[in-house]
Amino acid sequence: MFEATQINRKNLGREKISRFVLGGMTAILILPVILIMSTLIYKGAPVISFDFLFTNPTNGMTQGGIFPALLGTILLVIVALLASVPLGVAAAIYLSEYAPDNWFTRAINLAIINLAGVPSIVHALFGLGAFVIFFRFGTSILAASLTLAIMTLPVVIVATRESLQAVPMAFREACWNMGATRWQTIRRIVLPNAVTGILTGVILEVSRTAGETAPIMFTGAVFFLPFLPQGVFDQTMALSLHLFVVSTQVPEMPEAVPYGVALVLISLVLLMNSVSIALRMYLRGKKKW
Amino acid sequence: MVNQGNIKLGVDKLSIHYGSEVALEGVSFDIREHEIFGIIGPANAGKTSFLKAINRMDVFNPDMKVGGSITFNGVDVSKVRNVYGLRRRIGVVFPLPVGLPLSVYDNVALAPRLAGQKDKAELNVIVERCLTRAALWDEVKDRLDSLGSMLSGGQQQRLTIARALSQEPELLMLDEFSIAVDPVTTMRIEDVLKELKNEMTIILVTNLVQQARRLADRTAFFLEGKCLDVADTEDLFTGEVSDQRTRDYVEGRFG
Repeated sequence: MFEATQINRKNLGREKISRFVLGGMTAILILPVILIMSTLIYKGAPVISFDFLFTNPTNGMTQGGIFPALLGTILLVIVALLASVPLGVAAAIYLSEYAPDNWFTRAINLAIINLAGVPSIVHALFGLGAFVIFFRFGTSILAASLTLAIMTLPVVIVATRESLQAVPMAFREACWNMGATRWQTIRRIVLPNAVTGILTGVILEVSRTAGETAPIMFTGAVFFLPFLPQGVFDQTMALSLHLFVVSTQVPEMPEAVPYGVALVLISLVLLMNSVSIALRMYLRGKKKW
Repeated sequence: MVNQGNIKLGVDKLSIHYGSEVALEGVSFDIREHEIFGIIGPANAGKTSFLKAINRMDVFNPDMKVGGSITFNGVDVSKVRNVYGLRRRIGVVFPLPVGLPLSVYDNVALAPRLAGQKDKAELNVIVERCLTRAALWDEVKDRLDSLGSMLSGGQQQRLTIARALSQEPELLMLDEFSIAVDPVTTMRIEDVLKELKNEMTIILVTNLVQQARRLADRTAFFLEGKCLDVADTEDLFTGEVSDQRTRDYVEGRFG
């Protein structure tokens, strides 16, 4: 009664092949991640200590810790987020909820996507010209963070816009029909349901901001500073640049130090991400449809 | 405001276009206060577009062009600058229930809150009253905090009616409200509507010809963007009408 016909058998065979191929691709994808993480932990973990994290480098950076770079990266990420999240979310809300669907809006959307494809070294030169020189911020945390913010804006805008558009149109229409203004509808219905998507954008942004080297080299990060930054107009060290320096620029560097710096950088990003992932899961638990 | 006797909504030579497509053309009639005004007709007759024109939803659709005039309480709606105030006086119920992603309580309290009501006790009163009038209170009074979208389809539709009532509308527009609702619930809602008629004007767009007959005082028949007949419901159903197509439709010979 249920004998497989020829077509059934063909489909079953294809089913097996596709499952195998797709699963294999996923395995290939996971492999490098495991290799990178295990190498870093194996080689870098021995140098990680309280002193490594919380003291200044000494002896031409071959000894001592990485505290100025760690603090510098955290500051750069925070200032960059403060600048880009409000700007990006506001722009995405406008583009998704207010802007009429015409050639001009489409051109803006295209420009934003293209901005994401601009190489980071070009952003660096833009930051140098605009923030360091034109706005006279000098090479400083502010200039470097704003450069990073410009670079990561497309990520925030695209993620926010897509999560806003995932909220069903029927919700908006029901709300408008009750006499709600656009802003009331956004505030009470659309935004609360888009927060998880917006956080995804922020997670991606944190990772890129913390890891980028080129944009901050010209605009605010330095190889070595004997003191900690006192404000946003000071220069700073940063983990990403420090990693470059200890890997390539310093003779007689103990082999474990670059691995240690890389491990700290990755852990920092993972830590910041896991906070927003936890927040996301908490909010998704409250998701309403 | 001009006193126009008991006319709630005046429609005069109304036409609606989407781009080059005609949705409705040359529609004129008056809807009186405290009547249930039925609109019947097959799909694509322009019924829903008509409702959208009344509460100025055309501003959200750049393609939608409205000609002629609709007056609400004697005021031309196309000249109303505070469209939000206009929409607050008009409650709408959609074909498929739209439970907003909020709790049952918040669904019903949304409209008063949008209008600036913050007093908790006052909101409690409104929520209980509206849910009671929508014949839903007894079923949900113990779970006002659960999500509106977790209710059954019929309950959700009554929730949307409660939500529409929370605006304290002068005009209630129902667009094929019974499409996703079981017959028993439909009957309960119909009973509710008969009572609500004492307090407000109701426009009932329906695919169910018999529903219009049960409820409507007067009924209009829309076909392909034209209003072929407006008459007292009984006259429409007993053949006292001018148009052969209307008679065919109500007797189920097409559509």
